[in-house]
Amino acid sequence: MDDPALEARAMRLYGQLRCVVCQSQSIGESNAPLAEDMRAVVRERLLLGESDAEVIGFMRERYGEYVLMMPPLQANTLLLWGLPLALLVFGGVGAIVYVRKQAGAESLALSAEEDAQLEALRREEGQE
Amino acid sequence: MTRLFAFIPLAFFAAMAVYFAMGLQEDPGEIPSQLIDQPLPDFELAPIQGTEFGFTDDDLQGEVILLNYFGSWCPPCLQEHPMLMQIARSGVVPIYGVDWKDEPGAGAAWLQRYGNPYVRVGDDASGRLAIDFGLTGAPETFLIDREGRVRYRHVGIITEDVWNETLRPMVEALQRS
Repeated sequence: MDDPALEARAMRLYGQLRCVVCQSQSIGESNAPLAEDMRAVVRERLLLGESDAEVIGFMRERYGEYVLMMPPLQANTLLLWGLPLALLVFGGVGAIVYVRKQAGAESLALSAEEDAQLEALRREEGQE
Repeated sequence: MTRLFAFIPLAFFAAMAVYFAMGLQEDPGEIPSQLIDQPLPDFELAPIQGTEFGFTDDDLQGEVILLNYFGSWCPPCLQEHPMLMQIARSGVVPIYGVDWKDEPGAGAAWLQRYGNPYVRVGDDASGRLAIDFGLTGAPETFLIDREGRVRYRHVGIITEDVWNETLRPMVEALQRS
């Protein structure tokens, strides 16, 4: 397209729409004829003056959520989005609790005997 | 008690493994159609070269029909073709064809050569209507009821089993209702 701003928007949209015959590629990455047609539709709709959301909505109406490269955050994707965060918090808290417990079990403070040894060493050093 | 906590990660892993194993049984190519129980998109398809009539969405009202997307460039469509001929001969349900992204004349030549199971064939050379249908490939077949609503979509070849066990019973149920 002539307008570089529109072209940039088209490129961004290509990356957000899934090629429905190739599954793990966006329509921007795929050479499939259907992906080519979908890119053409994206350009047409942009030239009609539609917003990015409207173009995405157009495809979503026809191909469903599947066409979105990034799954939207909604009730049935809560687990998908929430699980990594939940695991991070869960693991993080677990790790902190574990480390604390280890530290508590074996005191870092020196015993009286060790204190005496250290004192002796220091004195030796001082004399030289 | 704390011993039991040690098994939480294992239990979690097992649950995930079962869940993912279930996911592997599904075919990722089968995207649910957004058109089920929805009216057909508005369209007007030109005839393919060498034929007189295309068709519009209005032509599909009033009768249970199958709408079949095909292309002369599509090997699975050729594989499906004898079954479509058989359905057409049986007279159970009329089949409308859409020639998808074909070179001018190629679809007509293909039908001339192998036989034409369609009551009418429309030309979707640009593939724009295919996107309105949410098409993911060819062949793909839509079952449309008397009110012009899409009731079922079959992705891929209509085999004898698909016809006898799925499509035919649905067609006949819709014709009775």
